[in-house]
Amino acid sequence: MKNLNQLTVSEAKARLKAKDFTSVELATACISQIKKYKQELNAFITIIEKEALEQSAKADKLIADGHDLPLLGIPLALKDLFSTKGIKTTAASNVLKNYIPEYDATTVKKLKDAGAIILGKTNLDAWAHGSSGENSDFGPTRNPWNTKYVPGGSSSGSAVSVASDMCLAATGTDTGGSIRLPACFNNVVGLKPTYGRVSRYGIIAMASSLDSVGHFTKTVGDSALLFNVTAGQDIMDGTTLPEPVFDFTRSLEKGIKGLKIGIPKEFVTKDIDREVKVAFEKSVKIFEELGAKIFEVSLPYTEYGIAAYYIIQPSEVSSNLARYDGIRYGADRGSFGDEAKRRIMLGTFTLSSGYYDAYYKKAMQVRTLIKKDFDDAFENIDALISPVCPTLPWKLGEKINDPLKMYLSDALTVTANIAGIPSLSVPAGFSSNKLPIGIQIMGKQLSEELLFQIGSAFEKQTNYYKEKPLLR
Amino acid sequence: MKYRPIMGLEVHVELKTKSKMFCGCSADYFGQKQNTHTCPVCLGLPGALPVANQKAIDWCVMIGQALNCKIANFSKFDRKNYFYPDLAKGYQISQYDQPFCQKGFMMLSNGKKLGITRVHMEEDTGKLTHRGDSSLIDFNRSGVPLVEIVTEPEFENAKEVVEYLKRLQQIVRYLDVSKADMEEGNMRLEPNISLRKEGEVGLPKYKVEVKNINSFRFVEKAIEFEIKRQAEILDKGELPVQETRGWNETKNKTVSQRVKEEANDYRYFPEPDIPPVILSDSKIAELKSQMPETPSAKFDRFKKEFNLADYDVEILTREKLMADYFEESVKIGNKHKINPKQIANHLINRNIDINSVLPAKLIELILSSTQTAQIDEKKLDGIINDVLKENQKAVLDYKSGKVNVIMFLVGQTLRIAKQKLDTKIIKEKFEKKLK
Repeated sequence: MKNLNQLTVSEAKARLKAKDFTSVELATACISQIKKYKQELNAFITIIEKEALEQSAKADKLIADGHDLPLLGIPLALKDLFSTKGIKTTAASNVLKNYIPEYDATTVKKLKDAGAIILGKTNLDAWAHGSSGENSDFGPTRNPWNTKYVPGGSSSGSAVSVASDMCLAATGTDTGGSIRLPACFNNVVGLKPTYGRVSRYGIIAMASSLDSVGHFTKTVGDSALLFNVTAGQDIMDGTTLPEPVFDFTRSLEKGIKGLKIGIPKEFVTKDIDREVKVAFEKSVKIFEELGAKIFEVSLPYTEYGIAAYYIIQPSEVSSNLARYDGIRYGADRGSFGDEAKRRIMLGTFTLSSGYYDAYYKKAMQVRTLIKKDFDDAFENIDALISPVCPTLPWKLGEKINDPLKMYLSDALTVTANIAGIPSLSVPAGFSSNKLPIGIQIMGKQLSEELLFQIGSAFEKQTNYYKEKPLLR
Repeated sequence: MKYRPIMGLEVHVELKTKSKMFCGCSADYFGQKQNTHTCPVCLGLPGALPVANQKAIDWCVMIGQALNCKIANFSKFDRKNYFYPDLAKGYQISQYDQPFCQKGFMMLSNGKKLGITRVHMEEDTGKLTHRGDSSLIDFNRSGVPLVEIVTEPEFENAKEVVEYLKRLQQIVRYLDVSKADMEEGNMRLEPNISLRKEGEVGLPKYKVEVKNINSFRFVEKAIEFEIKRQAEILDKGELPVQETRGWNETKNKTVSQRVKEEANDYRYFPEPDIPPVILSDSKIAELKSQMPETPSAKFDRFKKEFNLADYDVEILTREKLMADYFEESVKIGNKHKINPKQIANHLINRNIDINSVLPAKLIELILSSTQTAQIDEKKLDGIINDVLKENQKAVLDYKSGKVNVIMFLVGQTLRIAKQKLDTKIIKEKFEKKLK
């Protein structure tokens, strides 16, 4: 028998409706788990216990009255980059350590309106700058599978909170892999939606043209359930797409027989860790067994992905962080951590007159080519699969003094952001020392439904998600 | 040494849209309590995003069309990065290399075709107030739509500049898109002034930007001051410093504000939060069709259609309200056989308050002033003789050269006749008798 906090969203939803237990009991179970591992994992920056229990009690009342909302009574956690009215929102930076927003991000509002209970704000690499979770000014988050290892970043706390059953789902942002990488390192499902499919309004910007708002769940089905709530156009975000939304769970059971799945050869090179490669090859076999047709495809501009990304992203970062000028948020610019300073300097340089053409403009041209790579590939195939990260999770401190090495952990994820396409990260097994490994399924713009269909078939076949970290 | 001034102008016009450029806050901030017209977007709070105001874009395009610009089918917003405490986001959303409108012109009365470089859209900043040791920021103005109109460096004297500015003000008021009031600050101008030796070609090696000019009167003064100041420096064989100067209206001179060592690097790049703006040819044509007649088109039409002198037309078309009033009066006048010239004369000479006298009432006034009663010639002659007899002093005055006194005699005649008579005839009769 599972503890309540170990349930998936869809399980909890059904049992709340059947009145097996209350939302207050569910939230209480989650909060006690959060508190139990607070020190060890450092997944949360802010816990909102009192308000969460009040909201749960309200949800229970609504359930008793026969109300049905998509996430009624379901406890969630939010990456501390999502503005929450009246609740501290720090971006894990000392610059905003006392900042309390006066408004809710659109996504937060949508989740609340759907009946979700907000348990707290999760830890991250400050400003979402990082791949390991170590750049937080509130201390690093730790991997529940082995606390000596990094949980991946930047949405480290959100991934860890789901993996260690502190909540049923959690939100994240993915600018170059910040959802998929920690999902992969924690054995949970991470969705990076199509750029513009989920509103960015109220989410502290990292790199505006790349930021994608998604979430972590225990299963693919849960991911679709949350997407039902968050997807859609927002009048407050001019970059959201006008395409109508529908029930994204409708193809979960369809299977993948006959689907054409491509493996981009540039993603599976000799630079990939041996164990990651083995797990990936095993995954490919499973897709074949499920009836998919596997093709090798080429995305020749992949090798320029990281270079282009590390020009476009810091350029936008340098501008987006300009508003924290020391006048209005209390802390001066000296309070930025090393990584933020590094990106501000890089971006300021690449946008400078005389360098713009050589860097930013050229990177934008590469961006067009990478997009075209994907467009061409999706002419002939339905989806692409690849490993999420070239390596296994690494030890805390291992790459912290080598930013370039750290940047390369995003090599397989950044191109989806550059092209604006959706990608779903799903568990794909474990290393010999029991560290999680993941694969990502990429599709063309607005193909999330198909990604859920493929991911769900793979998940049902493998059941990796059922394995849990052995927490003390 | 003879010098020829080379001047270009940057004018900022604040649009009077209901809401701000990128958020739903009211743009009508003038005289409002500080920081009451604000929201996460115009305060630049973390996570807030701009959404472009379509009305403001339409109006910017209309201004461009009125200035004969080419309108771009594809344009975009860019971020202009710089630090200033009144700039909420640390960058201003503006337009860099693909503005809505480019390459226009304005015809000046001396026949010069003045080049308009570009007309683009941007947002206003907050407002700083300095009190003792502290500075206060009011964000009510932050994000109010601004249109910037940039000319080629083709002005050669202050008169041309003033004419351009007056016409520009007239255009935006005709379009009804801005109050364009210089004192209120919703029309701001920055001339760039430099001098070139007579006979030289190309642009001088320096330029001086003048700020803080908030009335037409000061434009002329500031420019003339600068021309004289720069000429004196050049006469000494020196080069004026490239700098920004401010007009000081109490000292009646420009004073140095900031010396630009090198050009500011604003690190422009495309604003990722706002998708590019696509304007189809049909949309551009539609906006053009919605535009009211421009002042210069109206001027030409009035001249032709109503057969009026330039002087009259200039006065009648100076403001759209007056022009509309005149046209309405002409319509009504037609029914009563009052011609446009009579209406124009009446309007201009009698200083009619068009806000209180309706066009129909104006026609009534003209009718009653022109309808003169018929009177027996002999009776009139009798009255005139009486008036002459009773006003010997006036007669003497007239004969000694004070000819204006004749109107007094005409007045006396009307008083005695107790009738509305044609004063022209009476005046002629007096003139004959007094010869």
